[in-house]
Amino acid sequence: MTTLAEILADAPFFASLRPETIELVAGCGSNVQFEPGALVFREGEPADSFYLLRHGSIAIEAYAPNSGPLVIETLEAGDVLGWSWLFAPHRWHFDAHALTAVRATAFDGACLRGKCDADPQLGYELVSRFAQTLIERLQWTRLRLLDVYGHDGKR
Amino acid sequence: MTASAELAAPAAGAMVPQPFRVLRRRRETSDTWTLTLEPLAGEGISPAPGQFTMIYVFGVGEVPISVSGADDGLLVHTVRAVGAVSAAICAAKPGAVLGVRGPFGTAWPVREAAGCDVLVVAGGVGLAPLRTSVQALERSRGDYGEVTLLYGGRTPGDLLFRGELAALRRRGKLNVDVTVDAAAPGWEGKVGVVPKLIDGAAFDAESVVALVCGPEVMMHFSVLALRERGVAPERIYLSMERNMRCAVGHCGHCQLGPTLVCRDGAVYSYDRLAELMAVREL
Repeated sequence: MTTLAEILADAPFFASLRPETIELVAGCGSNVQFEPGALVFREGEPADSFYLLRHGSIAIEAYAPNSGPLVIETLEAGDVLGWSWLFAPHRWHFDAHALTAVRATAFDGACLRGKCDADPQLGYELVSRFAQTLIERLQWTRLRLLDVYGHDGKR
Repeated sequence: MTASAELAAPAAGAMVPQPFRVLRRRRETSDTWTLTLEPLAGEGISPAPGQFTMIYVFGVGEVPISVSGADDGLLVHTVRAVGAVSAAICAAKPGAVLGVRGPFGTAWPVREAAGCDVLVVAGGVGLAPLRTSVQALERSRGDYGEVTLLYGGRTPGDLLFRGELAALRRRGKLNVDVTVDAAAPGWEGKVGVVPKLIDGAAFDAESVVALVCGPEVMMHFSVLALRERGVAPERIYLSMERNMRCAVGHCGHCQLGPTLVCRDGAVYSYDRLAELMAVREL
């Protein structure tokens, strides 16, 4: 049977982490599943975890009065969902719903923050990885802002 | 690998438009139409995937349009109304007569990719020039390894060939992934930019042939994602768009560095384009 530490070691997000660090992180993780349509978290609620998606897809949504939920982005297997657990005020900024059946590893934010406080090297490793994720999402968002499919010719 | 060597050439004098009648006209999006044209005389033309024709609206003007289908002498073009000529083409109703010159330009290396994985990356109306390639890949599915179509658009309503994409998915011969920049109510698909899908696509970076068409910014980021996956520049093909006028390499309007897009493109391998695309305002 594959251990959680072995699963994490194969995930690009945790690539090149030392085995003992992987074990530390795995100690705060557990496997979870969501049915299609299930709410993963809701805007404003305490952000006490993050998720490594292993199967399925999840929509990050903003709720607009009169319009209902608007999908901002969808995440797939291999993606990480949630960084608000790491940064004050530790509350979700958006909703997240499962679009399909989802299998993921959930990490307890309080548990990880405690381990990061005790082990700055672990804290650095995790913050670096989340910063990389933030940068990638920011770059893709910038590309969307360019509206590249707009009229670029006048023939 | 080079783009198809045996390309269809213009049947008549390259500068003489041949009359084609609009047989059918189908609305794709709010500003994009697909026209099926039949030749008024002769056998018509047989373009290779990726080639383009010059379409002339009498009394209005002439523009280059990629071929989105060709079958039994019929010619299919998918046109977005962005200017006077393209709007006039979109407005041409069944029975109207348009002038057609061509086909011109290089082709996607579909046959040359046999035995390889093939990744098709399209953005917006960039799916139109790739449509015949996707059809050919599906028809000869057994000749290829993994075949994947990644398609992105601005909104669900801006996606081309929605019925065909759904049918393509149902048949299940190709991996099909569609994403939009901005979702609309009821959209249950992916939301995000199409280059982001490249990271998770199924292909062997050493054997894949990537066909990429869309706005140049989208192609730039797609190339970055492909290079990140380890795909060699000579295995990436892009379709470039410039101001093509004569289409036969005489007038020079479509110059791209030392090349002319109408003659040396529009499909180029990225190893020929890398330095040129890095030059601003070229």
